[in-house]
Amino acid sequence: MELRIAHLYPDLMNIYGDRGNVIALSQRAKWRGIGVEVRPYSVGEWADPEWPDVWFFGGGQDQGQDIVGADLAGKNGLSLRKSVDGGAAIFSVCGGYQLLGHEYVPEVGPSIPGLGILDVTTRAGRKRFVGNLLVDSPDGPLVGFENHSGRTYLGTSAKPLGTVIAGNGNNGEDKTEGAVQGKVIGCYLHGSGLPKNPWLADRLLGWALERRHRDVRLGPLDDADELAARVQASAVARTRT
Amino acid sequence: MPDALALIANAAGKLTREGLRATGRGATALPGLVALTLDPDFIGALSATLAHGVACVSGTNGKTTTARMLADITRTAGWDPIHNRSGSNLDRGVAAALLAETTWSAEPRGNFGLFEIDEASLPSAVGRLRPRVVVVTNLFRDQMDRYFELDTLAKKIGDALAGLPADTTLVLNADDPLVSYLALRRDAKTVFFGVDDPDVGGVVPQAISDATRCPRCKSPLKYTRVVLAHVGDWSCPSCGLTRPPRDIAATKVTLGSSGSELLLAGTVGNVFESVRVPIPGLYNAYNALAALAAARALDLGLAEAIRALASFRPAFGRLETIDHKGRTLRLVLVKNPAGFNAAIGALLETGRKPRLLAALSDRDADGRDVSWIWDADFEALAPSVEHAVITGLRGRDLALRFKYAGLAKERLEVVDDWAAAIERATTLAPAGSEVVVLATYTAMQALRGLLARAGATVPFWED
Ligand SMILES: [Zn+2]
Repeated sequence: MELRIAHLYPDLMNIYGDRGNVIALSQRAKWRGIGVEVRPYSVGEWADPEWPDVWFFGGGQDQGQDIVGADLAGKNGLSLRKSVDGGAAIFSVCGGYQLLGHEYVPEVGPSIPGLGILDVTTRAGRKRFVGNLLVDSPDGPLVGFENHSGRTYLGTSAKPLGTVIAGNGNNGEDKTEGAVQGKVIGCYLHGSGLPKNPWLADRLLGWALERRHRDVRLGPLDDADELAARVQASAVARTRT
Repeated sequence: MPDALALIANAAGKLTREGLRATGRGATALPGLVALTLDPDFIGALSATLAHGVACVSGTNGKTTTARMLADITRTAGWDPIHNRSGSNLDRGVAAALLAETTWSAEPRGNFGLFEIDEASLPSAVGRLRPRVVVVTNLFRDQMDRYFELDTLAKKIGDALAGLPADTTLVLNADDPLVSYLALRRDAKTVFFGVDDPDVGGVVPQAISDATRCPRCKSPLKYTRVVLAHVGDWSCPSCGLTRPPRDIAATKVTLGSSGSELLLAGTVGNVFESVRVPIPGLYNAYNALAALAAARALDLGLAEAIRALASFRPAFGRLETIDHKGRTLRLVLVKNPAGFNAAIGALLETGRKPRLLAALSDRDADGRDVSWIWDADFEALAPSVEHAVITGLRGRDLALRFKYAGLAKERLEVVDDWAAAIERATTLAPAGSEVVVLATYTAMQALRGLLARAGATVPFWED
């Protein structure tokens, strides 16, 4: 078995340690004897929609986000849509999450169109949400560090990833964090997100592998260290955020 | 002579300071805060009376070491620097340093202000201090929960520097595109420093690319050499912006385990000087170049400056060593990916398999967001690690980082309690061997305090 990970714009969209998510997906596959290939895609390079099993799309600085937005308005945006239709998964964080939505509405000026792969819309907010983020969901808790000024609101097709216990999440109002729609996930969990939240990493692995392999069953790993890190970070989020 | 308001602020700040000392508490930020509350222009008013003016040293990494090197250099030249040494480098730290070195009539007991300024505070600080020289070592990602975005920060610093009078000299790292671009926005004197040794750096861009894009036109930069992150021999094929000519350049860098040797190419009269930097690591060679460039900007003799450098001693947590129970603990302060990569680079240059005591915390002074560890190149370090004892308020995150970088389970151990972690790391190391302590700021303070109480010979550290 083999896993293909496409890392979108690692030079521009890799802030706050987001590459840890690619490391987590790779290692958790390798520890199970699954071969892994990671391909970075930069602005101007054609992203082959047939190749990846899973895409990773991290956060970036404003400048990077503008350049990436322009690139996605071209054929790479079409590639990403086609790839999702073909069964690939996407994990996105912060800026990547916002660009997968319908649009980003700044305080002044015209709104910046997104890909509309996720049924979410983001508006600029005044106060930046910076701090530890603790989320509960039916599938397990999630912990990370958020750092964003955008407020993201979910449409009817996207479901929240979980409920905020500590921190702000999507918009600081409705207690939701993240969005799931089919095999596409967006969230504000830096930290990195996936290493400390192994159930989410394994869900993405399962989604990715089933695109080209039948009867994917991921054996259990010893996640004692992962869970210990989550417990420690959760305690910080509860007491010091 | 400072004005009446500055006199009152000075007296009030000094009273606060005396009060704190009398009750047994050390120097805190409070006296500076009191003085600044009474007179917001306190640091400006006092520093205006300094005969040799003020130099500000800023940048993400290396500002403490560079400022200390420059302090030694100016002292050797017969100056009397007032220096905020302890790393408390916000406005109130500057005010506190001044308060400690003024008379009750607000006359400074020194003739040169040497202030290490946090890069986020630099824009407001240069406005207040009206410095003669501003040094910027480099700009990397650091504690972004506080500084947010590097581009925004660089722009703010550029705006502030562009507003300074023409007689302020900038001392800038030519190899850092973000930093050298600061000069290109104003028409004033600049002293550029950099490394011109073709053997320093590689061609492979590193994972932490903060500024691989041109600071002027935003097109991708071209590198013939990458030293660290976006630092190297860069140029923009699109708009033609290139690395500016270096006034202080090392044409040959020879790294050793106790220090490095630099061959300097002077542009003035083509004089070649050999420089001994008595602390190891390429990043300290950069700090030395920054200090020498600052000496030139202050019109000090280069030969004398080089002599002063040769007897330099490192600061708290910057490669100092402590003897403990027959083992040598080497302290390395880490706080961001670029600094971490530079530190482990220096560690791996020695060719030894390090035993580590590694500590990660997330207090304000450490940076509350520990995400940065995932940007640091633990993958390069892990294969060489003999054993690592992990501790700190976020030690579990650090242990996970080592695990995902491939460090085998049996080489990794988490000990939450500080004292127990020190004991475990020490007893695991054979007598006479070395333990490398990698720690964030408050974690280093905690470990260092315990070592002192346990009777270890802890070197002098100016508070
Ligand atoms: Zn350019």
